[in-house]
Amino acid sequence: MIPAMEFKTFIFYLFAAIMLFAALRVITARNPVHAALYLVLAFFNAAGIWMLLQAEFLAILLVMVYVGAVMVLFLFVVMMLDIDLDRLRHRFWSYLPLGAMIGVLMVVEMSLVLGGKYFGIEALPGQSLPDGYSNTRELGRLLYTEYVYPFELASVILLVGIIAAVHLTLRRRKDTKYQKPTAQIHIRREDRVRLVKMAPEKDEPVPQGVETKEGGQ
Amino acid sequence: MLNNFITPDLYPAAAELFLAAMACVILLVDALLGHAQRWITAALTVITLIGCLLITYHTMDGQVVLTFSNMFVDDLFGDFLKILLYLAVIVVIIYSRDYLRARSLDKGEYYALVLFATLGMMVMITAASFLTIYLGLELLSLSLYALVAIDRDSPRATEAAMKYFVLGALASGLLLYGMSMVYGATGTLEIGGVAQALHLGVANKTVLVFGLVFVVAGLAFKLGAVPFHMWVPDVYQGAPTPITLLIGSAPKLAAFAMAMRMLVYGLLELAEHWQSMLMLLAVLSIALGNLVAIAQTNIKRMLAYSAISHMGFLLLALTSGVVGPDKHFALNAYSSAMYYVVAYVLMSLGAFGSVLLLSRAGYEAEHLDDFKGLNQRSPLFAAVMLAVMFSMAGVPFFVGFFAKFSVLLAVIDAGYLWVAIFAVLFSLIGAFYYLRVVKYMYFDPPADVAPLEAGLDMRFLLAVNGAAIALFGIFPDALVSLCTYALLRSL
Repeated sequence: MIPAMEFKTFIFYLFAAIMLFAALRVITARNPVHAALYLVLAFFNAAGIWMLLQAEFLAILLVMVYVGAVMVLFLFVVMMLDIDLDRLRHRFWSYLPLGAMIGVLMVVEMSLVLGGKYFGIEALPGQSLPDGYSNTRELGRLLYTEYVYPFELASVILLVGIIAAVHLTLRRRKDTKYQKPTAQIHIRREDRVRLVKMAPEKDEPVPQGVETKEGGQ
Repeated sequence: MLNNFITPDLYPAAAELFLAAMACVILLVDALLGHAQRWITAALTVITLIGCLLITYHTMDGQVVLTFSNMFVDDLFGDFLKILLYLAVIVVIIYSRDYLRARSLDKGEYYALVLFATLGMMVMITAASFLTIYLGLELLSLSLYALVAIDRDSPRATEAAMKYFVLGALASGLLLYGMSMVYGATGTLEIGGVAQALHLGVANKTVLVFGLVFVVAGLAFKLGAVPFHMWVPDVYQGAPTPITLLIGSAPKLAAFAMAMRMLVYGLLELAEHWQSMLMLLAVLSIALGNLVAIAQTNIKRMLAYSAISHMGFLLLALTSGVVGPDKHFALNAYSSAMYYVVAYVLMSLGAFGSVLLLSRAGYEAEHLDDFKGLNQRSPLFAAVMLAVMFSMAGVPFFVGFFAKFSVLLAVIDAGYLWVAIFAVLFSLIGAFYYLRVVKYMYFDPPADVAPLEAGLDMRFLLAVNGAAIALFGIFPDALVSLCTYALLRSL
């Protein structure tokens, strides 16, 4: 029989393996739409790993925000742009040494930080969480009580972002023709229809030999 | 779980809440107004700031009160700086009205963004946590980036905004990285908690000093001290003059408060480390600012380099607070720094106000030549500019002289005699470019004879501004003792 701890480890390796495979496929897939879909798979597995760490709120947020909103937008962009991938991977081999060097550098840096004295795994051990611990509840409690001031400030910063974005990009062109729905529904009959009183006209007798058009109106 | 939570005391933060609410109201009201009724928005903005001033004045009781889970502090130091901040922003708005109206830039967004920038500065001034300092700084910076680009058809302003944004974001990143190191070493973001952890000596010194380097770098960036000054001249020159006026005045108060809160209130135990860093920045700023300003022909650019050298003086005052383990000099040094920043804001308002006064629709008075013969055009405003320039140069019996004098006294008290001599020497070199403006105004024939078009409110306020520079120079005691008292009750 498999102990519970080992089963958790097995799940972790499963998620991690699928994530690594998906991440590799993101950069090797020929079709950009496939690459974007593999990225979705990678996000999904990352969310699974977060779930294992009991950070279920962040996991759900990752799926909702990144998979649900950002990646769908990204897919639209990829589908709309005509990306010539063969041209992009044209000098793949000449860029490989540089890319590999950056990758090795990142691995070395990460191992230095994680194995280091100050921020290493021994210096900051993981905490065991009590039963019935809810990540969502804890985050909500902190955000709306202890951190309410910074939380509100962040919302003001977002408001400033909206104002700035609207102000810097909204341009009214003078030559555009647009409809004004309010003006349209407030129109009265008098504005459009003009009744003109005029004396009735008598039909002239049609001269002989000329054919009438449109049935003699 | 929620039972032990106490609703935060909102009373100390009443001014911030009022301002935030009114900024939203003004944004909504302005949406209903036409271009001809824009004066209502301007009036509401000024009324809001006056309201904040009254609130802060009436809630000021000299007690140090912490609220919002120790993230907000209400003390006399903050209240004093906030009152000066409101006054500075009111002056900025009144000086800017005519200029903005002549170029149809006085949109509702301008007023809303100025108010949000003011809110950001207030948050920085009253911050009791590294987190709130950072959020206030971002609120201020984001509003300023958008304001620099407010004239979006001007390529120069857009370029300046882009530069400001990219470099500002980099500086924020540096600052945040430093803060995260401080958090990693002490395990808290509260300024009081950090100070306590340092005092008990439980924190890791190496990580702390590493973080401190980044905090100081980010701070120097925001103050515009050499070698992090690259953005200052370009932004000052590229931004529309009213925005330069805003950037060059009120945010200096907030940046000073930020430096005090982080370095003095939080990291005082590390003073020997940050004092030597600030000393280097200060000496470089004073030297480079004064030397490069001589070569400028654009007055906004010249004032930018002058701002760099003034920030050098401010940093110099901060370096002389702690000598060895002795904190005996702290009060004197920090109150001289506070006095310096207040005097600088007063002078900066006068200087950019004069540039705005000479501008009119379709004409920017940006060049030094535009000041030629100002005495013949308007003796009063020539006298105002004279007071500003003399004061900036440090000529006796103007406010700038006493500011420089008290900083130099503090520096000599701390035992850095050579640094003081160096600062005096470069101030003497700097006096050249200030006095050149005076020479242009009084001894050269006017290049431009059009009458000044500014409104009565601006003329009156600018005259008062000039008079204040002269009066606080003749009677400096009131302001000096206010600064000392405010710090004494808050340290």
